[in-house]
Amino acid sequence: MSATANSTKQPYAYVAEFESASDLYHAAEKVRDAGFRKWDVHTPYPVHGMDHAMGMKKSWLSAIVLGGGLTGFLTAFVLEFFTQVKLYPTVVQNKPTNLFTVPAFFPVMFELTILFSAFATLFGLLIVLLLPRWNHPLFESELFSKFSDDGFILVIESRDPKFRVEKTRELLESAGAKSVELLEA
Amino acid sequence: MANGTTDQAAAHPSEAEGVAREPLVLNNRSFSWVTNQICSIVENRQPLGWWFLFIPSVLLAGCLGFTLVYLVSTGVGVWGNNQPVAWGWAIVNFVFWIGIGHAGTLISAILFLTRQRWRTSVNRASEAMTLFAVVCAGIFPGFHVGRFWMVWFLAPVPNANAIWQNFKSPLLWDVFAVSTYFTVSVIFWYIGLIPDLATLRDRARTKIRKMAYGFFALGWRGGNRQWQHYEMGYLLLAALSTPLVLSVHSVVSFDFATSIVPGWHTTIFPPYFVAGAIFGGFAMVLTLMIPCRRIYGLQDMITMKHIDNMAKIILLTGSIVGYAYIMELFISYYSASKYETDAFHLRILSGPYTPYYYCMFFCNVISPQIFWFEKARKNLVVVFIVANFVNAGMWFERFVIIPTSISIDFLPGQWGIYHPSWVEMLMFAGTFGLFLSLFLLFLRFLPVIAIAEVKGVLPQADPHYHDWKKLKEGRRAGA
Repeated sequence: MSATANSTKQPYAYVAEFESASDLYHAAEKVRDAGFRKWDVHTPYPVHGMDHAMGMKKSWLSAIVLGGGLTGFLTAFVLEFFTQVKLYPTVVQNKPTNLFTVPAFFPVMFELTILFSAFATLFGLLIVLLLPRWNHPLFESELFSKFSDDGFILVIESRDPKFRVEKTRELLESAGAKSVELLEA
Repeated sequence: MANGTTDQAAAHPSEAEGVAREPLVLNNRSFSWVTNQICSIVENRQPLGWWFLFIPSVLLAGCLGFTLVYLVSTGVGVWGNNQPVAWGWAIVNFVFWIGIGHAGTLISAILFLTRQRWRTSVNRASEAMTLFAVVCAGIFPGFHVGRFWMVWFLAPVPNANAIWQNFKSPLLWDVFAVSTYFTVSVIFWYIGLIPDLATLRDRARTKIRKMAYGFFALGWRGGNRQWQHYEMGYLLLAALSTPLVLSVHSVVSFDFATSIVPGWHTTIFPPYFVAGAIFGGFAMVLTLMIPCRRIYGLQDMITMKHIDNMAKIILLTGSIVGYAYIMELFISYYSASKYETDAFHLRILSGPYTPYYYCMFFCNVISPQIFWFEKARKNLVVVFIVANFVNAGMWFERFVIIPTSISIDFLPGQWGIYHPSWVEMLMFAGTFGLFLSLFLLFLRFLPVIAIAEVKGVLPQADPHYHDWKKLKEGRRAGA
């Protein structure tokens, strides 16, 4: 797919397939120790422990969601307190409308906290994942597309400062890659 | 892929250490077997049985459309509602459907947080079931407002006189709870679908399929730098949905519990409703999944272990519900309140709806007790029959709670027996048509089992699986 005679094409990445999750895990440790930065492993399911093998930190998505939750909570409080107590107090069933009405506002405050947090999770996730992105050089690779079935794929991008056409291939092969493809884009 | 067995899955550490558990996926299946088995449902023609179910379902859903048009064009008088029973089948059916919707989130969120890995085979279908049940539920209160075109009064915007909704009312809480529940369930379901949509995209042979699945897969590439955030997002949604699912049916129960009607004014309602919702929801999951696994050959993924676990949950929640029924009776006696004792006297002994109470009691409390026996839990016919008893019983429960409590009110002048009209009956039947049509379309177009998650629970998914295997072989060679 990739190697064409078109001279405008540059190496984009090495796509390497490994036999199993274990092989990929050990290969990831080697690539991590070799000091690469612009690389990733692509797997059909999240391989647990891979974050450690790749030397990654904890996801910071939770911070966005906390922000969303607080926004929802405050929105509900302002909506209820402002409309019910300040703007137009409606006395229903002889129940008062003042500061002490707040317990009756809890259910809506709770629901909006959850609702806004869920939206923050969805949109925060799309932002940190840089999705949607329907076009990507990796989609040109036949080998890569196996990731969604049973392929354990390791990709090292050429924009990594440590990327060398010969040496990186050797590294991947010595790490036990089943097949290695130089993808051009 | 007739034979997808691999030698990889020969033995897992847990099995060798003598703490063997039944595997979650039977027959040592490989990753690609899982992909093929689930994707082929969507990619191939549907079996004849699908059409036999789909066509009547759509026709029945058409009846729903017809009754709704008839209702709006004529007026709510076509329902059997009267004074004092303003909440007839409409609210019974609303609570029934919203209750069914609870099992999906329970399976996907609570069982996820408690690390019950068996959930992976059934969570997708139950989440879909949740959404469709909530759609059916939402129809009833929407049309029960009477003038459907005024339904926007439910939204938090002031009306023409600048009067806002009453935020102290449980009915408004209900609007927020149910709409939040639906929205969060859709988000949870969709995020779970993204990796599987990418699988379908990569397998697609026609351009339209590739475009359609590719569009919704958002360009998912399955990189660990994506999975890391994805898993965090999924965990957060599970953590958010867990209190949400408990709150929704609690809020629904507040509609009754915060009133001063004898038979409704009960503090036990929130936990009793939540247990009942989970109970009824699992029954519906079983009702759908038992035929589904058979028709599509999913027995290796939805195993007898899954059926067994769900039957146990039905036994547990059914017993909780039974406890609540008896406790309600005890409290009405112990309260020494004349109205309260009379309400329950009418409910169980001499009221117009007494037979419904015993139907409810038999279906919900007695029939699941057979699940104490393992033989019954592992017999699909028994499980299917009991699940349907529970489906019916949970409907009876809502009927027993609603019309019996309000048809005979404080003053004899307020008494009025309620009978549903044909419009209500056809409408309720129509929601089953809508529910089944949506579920069958889901089976047709989306992966019924979470492919990526099932792969994650295979033994060879563990990154140390092969290391361990080598170690074991080395030991064997050394000895």
